[in-house]
Amino acid sequence: MDFNQSADENLFDHARIIGKPHTRVDGALKVTGTAPYAYERHDVVENPLVGYPLGSSIAKGHITRMDATAARNAEGVAAVITTLDIDELPRAESNVAKLFGGDMIEHYHQAIAVVVADTLEQARAATSLIEVEYEEIPGEFDLDDAWKRLQDRDVVSHVGDVDAAFESAEITLDETYYTASQSHAMMEPHATIADWCDGKNMTLWTSNQMIEWTRQALATTFEIDADTIRLESPYIGGGFGGKLWLRADAVLAALGSRETGRPVKVALPRSFIFNNATHRSGTVQRLRIAANRDGRITAFDHAAISHTLPGGSGEDAVNQTRCFYAGENRRVAHHAIDMNLPESADMRAPGEASGLAALEIAMDEMAEKLGMDPVEFRILNDTQVNPEEPSKRYSDRHFVECLRKGAEGFNWSARNTTPGSKREGQWLIGQGMAGAYRGAPTLDSGARVRLSEGRLIVETDMTDIGTGSYTIIAQTAAETMGLEMDDVEVRLGNSAYPAASGSGGQMGAASSTAGVYAACVALQGEITKRLGVESARFESGQVVAGGKRVALRDVAQNEELVGEDTLHFGDFKDELEIGTFAAHFVEVAVHAYTGETRLRRTLSVVDAGRILNPVTARSQVIGGMTMATGAALTEGLNIDSQRGYFTNHDLAGYEIAVHADIPEQEVIFLDTQDGASTPLKAKGVGELGICGGAAAVANAMYNATGIRLRDYPMTLDRMLDRLPGA
Amino acid sequence: MKAFSYERIDDAAQAAARAFEVPGSKFIAGGTNLLDLMKHEIEVPPHLIDITRTGLDDITETGEGGVRIGALVSNTALAANERIRCDYPVLSRALFSGASGQLRNKASTGGNLLQRTRCPYFYDTAMPCNKRAPGAGCAALDEGADTRQLGVIGTSEHCIATHPSDMAVALRVLDAEVETITPQGQTRRLTLDEFYRLPGDTPDVENVLEPGEIITGVVLPAPVGGRQQYYKVRDRASYAFALVSVALIETDDGKGRVALGGVAHKPWRRDEADAELGNGAKAVMAKLLDGARPTDENAYKLTLAERTLAALLAKE
Ligand SMILES: Cc1cc2nc3c(=O)[nH]c(=O)nc-3n(C[C@H](O)[C@H](O)[C@H](O)COP(=O)(O)OP(=O)(O)OC[C@H]3O[C@@H](n4cnc5c(N)ncnc54)[C@H](O)[C@@H]3O)c2cc1C
Ligand code: SF4
Repeated sequence: MDFNQSADENLFDHARIIGKPHTRVDGALKVTGTAPYAYERHDVVENPLVGYPLGSSIAKGHITRMDATAARNAEGVAAVITTLDIDELPRAESNVAKLFGGDMIEHYHQAIAVVVADTLEQARAATSLIEVEYEEIPGEFDLDDAWKRLQDRDVVSHVGDVDAAFESAEITLDETYYTASQSHAMMEPHATIADWCDGKNMTLWTSNQMIEWTRQALATTFEIDADTIRLESPYIGGGFGGKLWLRADAVLAALGSRETGRPVKVALPRSFIFNNATHRSGTVQRLRIAANRDGRITAFDHAAISHTLPGGSGEDAVNQTRCFYAGENRRVAHHAIDMNLPESADMRAPGEASGLAALEIAMDEMAEKLGMDPVEFRILNDTQVNPEEPSKRYSDRHFVECLRKGAEGFNWSARNTTPGSKREGQWLIGQGMAGAYRGAPTLDSGARVRLSEGRLIVETDMTDIGTGSYTIIAQTAAETMGLEMDDVEVRLGNSAYPAASGSGGQMGAASSTAGVYAACVALQGEITKRLGVESARFESGQVVAGGKRVALRDVAQNEELVGEDTLHFGDFKDELEIGTFAAHFVEVAVHAYTGETRLRRTLSVVDAGRILNPVTARSQVIGGMTMATGAALTEGLNIDSQRGYFTNHDLAGYEIAVHADIPEQEVIFLDTQDGASTPLKAKGVGELGICGGAAAVANAMYNATGIRLRDYPMTLDRMLDRLPGA
Repeated sequence: MKAFSYERIDDAAQAAARAFEVPGSKFIAGGTNLLDLMKHEIEVPPHLIDITRTGLDDITETGEGGVRIGALVSNTALAANERIRCDYPVLSRALFSGASGQLRNKASTGGNLLQRTRCPYFYDTAMPCNKRAPGAGCAALDEGADTRQLGVIGTSEHCIATHPSDMAVALRVLDAEVETITPQGQTRRLTLDEFYRLPGDTPDVENVLEPGEIITGVVLPAPVGGRQQYYKVRDRASYAFALVSVALIETDDGKGRVALGGVAHKPWRRDEADAELGNGAKAVMAKLLDGARPTDENAYKLTLAERTLAALLAKE
C-alpha cells in the first residue's frame, strides 16, 4: 500500500479498539516468567554450550601475545577462540567499533576471546586463565579538553545572519552546558543462542530491536548469504537503542557454534554493557540566544561536540534547535570528535535528549532575563513552520496547547517565582518546566495476516522491546478486520516474517501498525474477491457486502486466507515537518544543607497524534520521564581519563532512578490526529518522554535553590557550597 | 568464579577450627557480598564453610543491661527488633538505610561488618589494586582516576578506599564490641575501633581477625538514650551506598557522639570531636576531619559531612 497523501476520515476515527486502554496481551507471560527471552530458549535448543567473553583491559593499542593453553585445558572447556585466531571481521555499515578478530584494540572491554564450555561457571573461570600481552598506545578520552582545543566549528546550517542579530540584540544569553555519557543499562543484557553447527545455516535466538538490519549485518560480518540466516527475537528485556545493532554476543555465539558444532549461548556480562556495547556520548554545548525586549527570539547559535570512535557520528545535540522555536537567524554546528572511548551510538532520543537538556535550560534562563514566565516565553516563540525553511509547515503541532494545559493542570500560576525562597523544613521547594520536541519519522513496514476459522494470525518482524507492540498490533488488526482482541494472535521478531520498521527512533508504533493495516486491507481484498463483491465492511466478525453478512469463520473453511503487504510512506512527507510535542512540569525538593534532590511530582502533556493505546503510551511517557530524571540527577558514566574507560560499569555504580526516586507521575494526552503521519494518524511517543524532561528537573532545581546548574548529572557536589543550610 | 569445595558446620568453634585447618577458606553467611566477589574472582576461596546453621541468630539481653546480637541475625530482623528500635534507634535507622529489602533479608550481622569496599577499581580485576592484589599498585591514586566515592581521611599512599557499611557506623557510635572465637577456642571482644584497621601499607588486611577466627556476635552496652539519628546522604533515594553518612547521639546532658561513614577505611569517630558537639558542626568537623587528604573529586565530602551534621543538629 502506498501512503501518498494525508489520511482522510477513516475507520480509525470511529474506532472500537484502537485508542482504547488495553492492557498488554503479553503481560501474563511476563509476570509469570514464561515469556521466552533469548538466553533461556530451552524450548528451541537443548543443553547448549555456554560462551563467556574476555574483554580487553586496555583502551587502545595492540595485542602482542595471547596464550590460551591453560583455558583450553580447563575442565569442561570445549573451545577457546581468541581474537588472534581469526582475521578482523568485516564491519557492517551500522557498526563502528570492530566486534572481533585481529590484534588491534579500539576500546576497553573490546571482546578479545570467547571460552565455550559445558557450564557458565566453567567458561567464566577459564577466561581468566588466558594470558594476554598488550602494546598500549596513549588515547584521547577527555571531551572537555577536545572542546577547549576546538578552533573552527563545522556549521551544519546557517540561516539569516546570526552574528549581526547578536550585535543588534537587546537581550542575549551565552552559556555552556555539559551532558554526561550515559548507558542504556537495560535490564536484559545482550544475549544470543546461536546454532551454526553445520557452518552453513545460521539460526540466532537473540535480543535485538532490528531483525532485518541485524540479519544483513551478520551477512556482512561473516561474509555469508543473508538467506542462510534466521533470526528470532520475540521478547526483549529493554533496548533503548542499545540493541539496534549486531553486537558481540551474537558474533561470539555464532563463532563458538561453528567451532564446536553445537549450539552456543552467550550473554554479555553486566560490565560489558557499559564498555563493550554502545552508550550515549556526553556533550559540551555552547548555546547563545538573542531576543528583543518583548520576548521574541531573533537568533539561536548552538555549537556542540560529542565523542565517537573514528567513523561514527557521536551524539548530535543541535538538531532540535534548528526548528523547535521561531527566530529568523539560526546557526548550528556539531563536531563528533574522534576519541578512544567505547563506541558511542544511539540511545533513546539520540541527540534530541542531550540537545533539549541544554536548550530547555537556556530557554528558562532567557525567560528569566526577559522577566517573562517561561511558559509564556515559549508560547510567544511557537512556530507553525520550520523556521529554517518557512515553506515547510508542521503537519499538526499543538505545542502551545500542551503548555497551556500543563500550566493549568500543574497549577503553575501559583508557583513561587523568586528562586530559593520556598522552604518546607530543611527542604527547598521548586517548580520548573520544559518543552519537548521529537520528530515522528516512519519507515516502510510490512506484515502478513493469516485468517483461518475466524482467527487471525499477524506475522511481522517488528519487535516489542517492552513497549507494547504486541498489543497495539493486535488492536490494529482487530479493528481493521472487525474482530475482537481475543481473535487475534500476534507473532513478532522473526526474520521469517515480513520486514517491518523495527523498534527505534520512536518509529515503531506508527510504522508497524500502518504495515499491519496494509496487510489487513490486502486480506480484505482476498476475501471480497472470494465473495465476488466489489467492496465490503468488516464488523462484528462478519463481512458485510451487497446486503449479505458472512461470518469470517465461514469465508474460508479448511483453508487459510493470507494477506501480505508493506506500507510505503510517500515523498509528500518530505514537504512537511512531522513531529511530536510535549510540555513537562516538575516539582522537586532540594535539601538546603546537603543538596540531595528529590522529585515530588511530574506532569507531562503530550501531543503525539492518535494515541493507539493510552495504557502502553503512558508507560512510554513516564518511562521516558524516569530516564530523564536519571539523566538529570544521577546517570553519568564516570571516565577514568588516563585509562580511558567507564569505571562505574555495574548497576550499583551507574545509578539509574529506582522506585524511591519516582513519585507521582501524571500524563495527559491531547486528543490529536495527524493524518500526514500514517493511515492511523498516529505518531510515536517512545522517545518524547525523555526529551526535555532533564531540563524540567534542572529548572525546578534552580527555582528551588536559586543556583543555576548547567552540568549533568546535577549531583549535590556541584552546588553544595552555594546552598543556604539553615 | 573458581571451583571451590563446600561444607556446612553447625558449631561456631568447630567452624573456626576447620577454617584454620583449610588455608584460604571462607565462611559464608548470607552470601550477598561474598558470592558477588567470587563471581568476579575478586575473592577466590578454595573452600567455603557455611555457618548459617550455627544457631547464632538470637538477640538476647546481656547481664550488663545491654544486648547481644548473634552474628547470623539478619539485617531485617535486627532493624525491626523492638528492643533495638526503642533503645538503639540509630542502629535500626542505619540498617534500614542500607541496600534493599531483599538484600537485608539475607545479609547477616557478621557479614555486614566484613563486607568489602565498593572502590570501582577493586571491582575491576583488570585494574591494579593493592587491596585485591597486594603490591600491584592503586589505580585510584593514579591521575585521572574516578575517586568521587572514595575516602578522605585515614587513607594511605597505598589505598584510599572506604568501608561501605551503614550498620558499622551506628555500631561505632554505640560503642559496640565484636565478639569472636579463635580457632583455638578462645573468645575475644573488640571495640569497632580495635576491630577495623586503616589501610596503611597492607590495605588487603582490613581487620584484626586471625586466620580462622569467626565472629559470633556483636555486644551493645547498656543504652545511652538521648536523641539518636542516622543520616545517609546519597545521590539517589535508595539502593545506593553513602557518599557520607552521620550517626549522631545527643544525650540530655548536652554531650554526644558522632561517627561518619563513607569517609574512611572504617567507621570514623574521634573522642576529641565528640567533645566539640556543643560547639556546632564546624567545631566537630575541625577535629573529626583534621588531617584529611581528599582528592579534587571527593573534597566535597568534607563540606558534606559538616553540613549533614549541621542538618541533624538543627532538626527540631
Ligand atoms: C546491591 C547491594 C547494595 C548494598 N547496599 C548496601 C548499603 O547501602 N549499605 C550497606 O551497609 N551495605 C550494603 N550492601 C552490603 C550488604 O549489607 C552486605 O552484602 C551484607 O551485609 C553482607 O552480609 P552477608 O551475610 O550476606 O555476608 P556474606 O556475603 O556471606 O559474607 C561477607 C564476608 O563476611 C565473612 N563472614 C560472614 N559471616 C562471618 C562470621 N560470622 N565470622 C567471620 N566472617 C564472616 C564472609 O567470609 C565474607 O568474607 C549492599 C549489597 C549489595 C549487593
Ligand atoms: S583505593 Fe584501595 S581498593 Fe581502591 S584501587 Fe586503591 S588499593 Fe584498591
